[in-house]
Amino acid sequence: MTETTATSTRPPSAAAPVVLGIETSCDETGVGIVRGTELLANVISSSMDEHARYGGVVPEVAARAHLEAMEPALRAALAEAGLGLDEVDAIAVTSGPGLAGALMVGVGAAKALALATGKPLYAVNHLVGHVGADVLRDDGSDLELPTIALLVSGGHTSLLHVRDLVDDVELLGETIDDAAGEAFDKVARLLGLPYPGGPHIDRVAVGGDPAAIRFPRGLTLPKDMAAHRWDFSFSGLKTAVARWVERRRDEGQEVPVADVAASFREAVADVLLTKALAACADLGVPRLLLGGGVVANARVRQLAEERCAAAGVELRVPPLSLCTDNGAMIAALGAQLVSRGRAPSPLDFGADSTLPVTVVQV
Amino acid sequence: MILAIDTSAGTAVAVVDRDGGVLAEKTVADTRRHAEVVGTLIEAATTEAGIAPGDLSAVVAGVGPGPFTGLRVGIAAARAYAFGAGVPCLAVGSHDAVAFERLSAQAGRTVADAGGRLDSPLVVVTDARRREVAWTAWSGLDDDGLPVAVDGPALVGPALLDEATGASSGWPRTDPDDTVVSAGALGMLAERLFEHGRPFADAAPLYLREPDVTPAARPKTVSQ
Ligand SMILES: [Zn+2]
Repeated sequence: MTETTATSTRPPSAAAPVVLGIETSCDETGVGIVRGTELLANVISSSMDEHARYGGVVPEVAARAHLEAMEPALRAALAEAGLGLDEVDAIAVTSGPGLAGALMVGVGAAKALALATGKPLYAVNHLVGHVGADVLRDDGSDLELPTIALLVSGGHTSLLHVRDLVDDVELLGETIDDAAGEAFDKVARLLGLPYPGGPHIDRVAVGGDPAAIRFPRGLTLPKDMAAHRWDFSFSGLKTAVARWVERRRDEGQEVPVADVAASFREAVADVLLTKALAACADLGVPRLLLGGGVVANARVRQLAEERCAAAGVELRVPPLSLCTDNGAMIAALGAQLVSRGRAPSPLDFGADSTLPVTVVQV
Repeated sequence: MILAIDTSAGTAVAVVDRDGGVLAEKTVADTRRHAEVVGTLIEAATTEAGIAPGDLSAVVAGVGPGPFTGLRVGIAAARAYAFGAGVPCLAVGSHDAVAFERLSAQAGRTVADAGGRLDSPLVVVTDARRREVAWTAWSGLDDDGLPVAVDGPALVGPALLDEATGASSGWPRTDPDDTVVSAGALGMLAERLFEHGRPFADAAPLYLREPDVTPAARPKTVSQ
């Protein structure tokens, strides 16, 4: 094994451990490297293009792509950080939640890499990783806790109450059917737009009237709020859009794509932020953190800014490259665990496709 | 010295040496827990063999055929271990290891013994899930004691095996319910291939099946 050289410039302090993070929960192969809360590398290899013709992430296609992308991503991340493997203090990997077959590629690789290098290994929660990404902001501001976190992507739509990043995370609610990102993909397909739907819906919604069509806001009626106060549902919205568009087509009328896209997007953004800000108010938490690929959606961000400002809630949005799935957020969460003196994960952990957010480290 | 990893059936890890033979071999037969056990087995095998990563000259991955989700875990682990140890990762077909082990035994040898010719055909048949098996036909061992593939690998329903194997249909077959891949055999075969200057397999896994193209309905709960 390579010995760490005496001339290493890395600070020996456990407060700023160098951690390499591996993320393979969906269709992005992410390898990131951090030193404490400093971002050193964030390499993402996406198989998104391969999924485009199917209109959604195909698990087996994603898993095959992870296997091929892993070693190039590891090399690229170390090169970007300007570090050798011997300068890494610990390795972190996503254990779940996510696609089981995809997660297993990262878990298998991370275990072997840890054994080959003699580095401690931390198996962490993907969703909490999205929150952990916020510590990497380079504007000097610290993540303040507690915070409500709204994590929205093609794979998840979750509302968390984060009181402590490494040992006090509560799931307030999540989608009971489709993830918000999936709804974007499905509506895009309905409108003849390419995958992934988010950016294309955003594009055609420009100039559209968000109030043109009143699409349903899932789980916001009083009776639903009683049982699902902080849960989401996008299946009904997707169906409502489909019905509306089909009726227009059946009647031989032109479909006003811009208005449909803008109105649909408004319905998603509205329900996401209504519930998130309800959680802030209910729990008396004056902070909201956004994470996940849907944060790239212009209207979601804009509405978040408006609603938070109106409610006196501080809004935190990590840089976009750290909002979509990435290895740096996993490394960042790993570094928090190392800094807090947590023991490495046992070597026999697995990929857990439904890992609850209360389990920050496996 | 080689670390060999195969997850085409169960999870198998071995440390082998060209001269010293199989120094350690650890196997878990469970075909659903590759990700859980692969690290533990690597650690156990290297510890028992008393080696450090720096002692290795290569890592060998069994590239299948085998059920995809499990197969990939071993290949990912082999590649990452090689990367971490700074040594090459080589690929060897998992059926090659089965043929090498079975035919060497028929010749009265272990996988660690120096080889020689054996004319004895064999069809290696392994479980491929979804009511299919994977098969490869071998004519025997060559003068260097290395297995000689004559047909396959390919997938077929068990009932159609006679038809699919064609010229080799009358040959002895391994039982897919009882065909395990030995990482010791995989590693020793790699040592012999290297010793005799033979080519290794392509690094790509032998999936033999296109992915199902149904997008994940609810990604977080879908697996192969
Ligand atoms: Zn995510």
